[in-house]
Amino acid sequence: MKQTISVLVENQAGVLNRITGLFSRRAFNIESLAVGPTDDPTISRITIIVDSGNNMVDQVEKQLNKLVDVIKVRTLEENNLIGRELMILKVNATNKTRQDIMTICSIYGAKVDDISPSSMTLELSDTPERLDTFQTMMRPFSILEVVRTGVIAVQKGSGKI
Amino acid sequence: MKVRSTQAIMECLLEQEVDTVFGYPGGTILNLYDELYNYKDKIHHILTAHEQGAAHAADGYARSTGKVGVCFATSGPGATNLTTGIATAYMDSSPVVFITCNVAEPLLGKDSFQEVDITGIAMPITKATYLVRDPATIPDVIRQAFAVAATGRPGPVLIDFLKNVTAPDQMIEYEFVHWRENRGCSSIRSLAHTHELKAPEPNSDDIDILVDMIGQAQKPLVICGGGVVRGRADKQFMEFARKLDAPVAITLMGGGGFPGSHELATGMIGMHGSRASNVAANQCDLLIAVGCRFSDRVALNPATFASQAKIVHIDIDRSEIDKNVLTDHHIVGNARHVLELLNQRLTQQEHAAWKDEILSLKRDTVVEECDQLTPKQVLETIRQLVPENSIVATDVGQHQMWSIQHFHFEYPGQLLTSGGFGTMGFGLGAAIGAKVGNPDKVVIHTTGDGCFRMNCHELCTVEHYDLPVITVIFNNGCLGMVRQWQNLIYNQRFSETTLDRGPDFVKLAEAYGLNGYRVTNRTEMEQALTAALASGKGCVIDAVIDTDDMVRPMVPGGAHITNFLLE
Ligand SMILES: Cc1ncc(C[n+]2csc(CCOP(=O)(O)OP(=O)(O)O)c2C)c(N)n1
Ligand SMILES: [Mg+2]
Repeated sequence: MKQTISVLVENQAGVLNRITGLFSRRAFNIESLAVGPTDDPTISRITIIVDSGNNMVDQVEKQLNKLVDVIKVRTLEENNLIGRELMILKVNATNKTRQDIMTICSIYGAKVDDISPSSMTLELSDTPERLDTFQTMMRPFSILEVVRTGVIAVQKGSGKI
Repeated sequence: MKVRSTQAIMECLLEQEVDTVFGYPGGTILNLYDELYNYKDKIHHILTAHEQGAAHAADGYARSTGKVGVCFATSGPGATNLTTGIATAYMDSSPVVFITCNVAEPLLGKDSFQEVDITGIAMPITKATYLVRDPATIPDVIRQAFAVAATGRPGPVLIDFLKNVTAPDQMIEYEFVHWRENRGCSSIRSLAHTHELKAPEPNSDDIDILVDMIGQAQKPLVICGGGVVRGRADKQFMEFARKLDAPVAITLMGGGGFPGSHELATGMIGMHGSRASNVAANQCDLLIAVGCRFSDRVALNPATFASQAKIVHIDIDRSEIDKNVLTDHHIVGNARHVLELLNQRLTQQEHAAWKDEILSLKRDTVVEECDQLTPKQVLETIRQLVPENSIVATDVGQHQMWSIQHFHFEYPGQLLTSGGFGTMGFGLGAAIGAKVGNPDKVVIHTTGDGCFRMNCHELCTVEHYDLPVITVIFNNGCLGMVRQWQNLIYNQRFSETTLDRGPDFVKLAEAYGLNGYRVTNRTEMEQALTAALASGKGCVIDAVIDTDDMVRPMVPGGAHITNFLLE
């Protein structure tokens, strides 16, 4: 089962290292990882997605809590969160295919960032699952490059971590 | 007040009441040692032969005194030489602050001479690491480091100062604040708030639930783990055990948490546990583990461990709950405090039949009468001749298990052994640290011929500082513990475990300016130890024993706890 863990940490050198080290050391696989500052520049937020049993996530949460640089850890409720990921995708495009690509983009709400005689660069922010299907739709046109940020997520409602 | 940054470092150590440091100097840490020269009347430095020895000594000092140990080393190889010592302290939750210095800021990241990312290397084996690039942060970092090392579940912390941070012209603002007050300073307060630096307050309902569970149990068993020792909760544990009126099994790390000689004590539990302890774990209907982490050497097979029992786990570290063994109930908190609360609410229990069942399995050790010296004869001789409160530091292997099985440890800090990491070479360093921290006690170092070779160069430290540590080598001419597995599990294929080689340990001791004795029977052992104790000097007793003696009982790793391979 996929689980989303949100971690607030001191914005300090080595913190990310400590956290990822904690996962690899215990053979926990990270599916997705996104890091960025919060409203308070001394604090960063790390969003981690792991695919594994409850027991393991529980253990990860406790281990994370022990790190001195970690301020707060929360596993987000899967059916009650807003999770988004940004993808930039470069695809082969010719006069023949450009229109078809545009149609799919408008269905998904993707933006065209750049265009050249032989390619298009598209941008889409959505749930990881929607990004996956968009990627599948683009595959027949021959994808040149895909870059994804990893998921960031918050709990719905007024509650905060 | 403006002071040199290195002065602030020394003063910060004094804030923490540090009067002893173990270490080894070098290029990048020269500034610190130069300052130490000014402080040599207040901070006593023990120069070891090797940084690993210094790390183990600081660890042994911490374990035996209950204070935080301090260890210095230079960058690069000095720092990496510490790593085995850091990991050893980490696995056994021993509070030590390691201080290293790295190359100067302009040289950082350039693969400069003796540069190594020690904060990176030490990350998985410390509670926290600090790379100090700004001298102004020195007081905060050191205060935090000591607070982190000593509070909650204790453990090692590493501080790496860049060389320029310690330069003689670096002046910083500094005010002396005694540690009792500085634990309240802002950076530490925020830490304490978010990380439960102090022991988490036990939940009162959780205590009541346990009291109820005890009321319903017919066959309770308590396990005394390392947390009782680290938390110095021995008195509270004793009261609890008496009130519960139940057998007490003791883990390797729990040695000294509950008196081994007590009638309720059933001895060690686990791989080399006693029949009484292991059977009790298997038969009990309520198992209360205090400060123990159900390691693979204790629980062996987590799926069948204490399968008839409700398992209750009392631990200061929340992440230990349900990690190795799934529990039915737990209380998170400092062992001493949890037990105090429990004792207040628990009425006197009585379990005569169950106690009979288990305590009747206890066997008195029988010391063989024979001409060839045996491990039990060596241990019994030591037990009879040294004062009862003597400290015992062991190395790792058969002699370690024999020592712990044979001696009855009576108080926390009396037994120093590398349980979690199983570090060969730990013993002599730890014994040195213990002797420095406990000058009035006799310190015995029991070791094997393999382990002793790993750090025997620390004999020069024993000699130089005139530390009367008595080393007893259980010389079986082999890596006994490994050979035992080869004997039992690998069809006697003794691959690379025979130690038919020098040095002559008696001559070695003499070369270091110490007395050496070789003993081959009980009388010689008695004579040598008597002479050693009378000499008031460090010495080495080379006790020649049989190659194929085994540690009994033994349950193989991963097996069910009562499936004894050896009785
Ligand atoms: C640094 C290190 N290397 C290897 C081991 C594996 N090991 C565990 S016990 C042991 C044998 C120790 O031999 P000795 O010191 O002679 O003790 P004995 O078992 O013979 O009493 C070995 C090699 C270890 N624990 N630590
Ligand atoms: Mg040996």
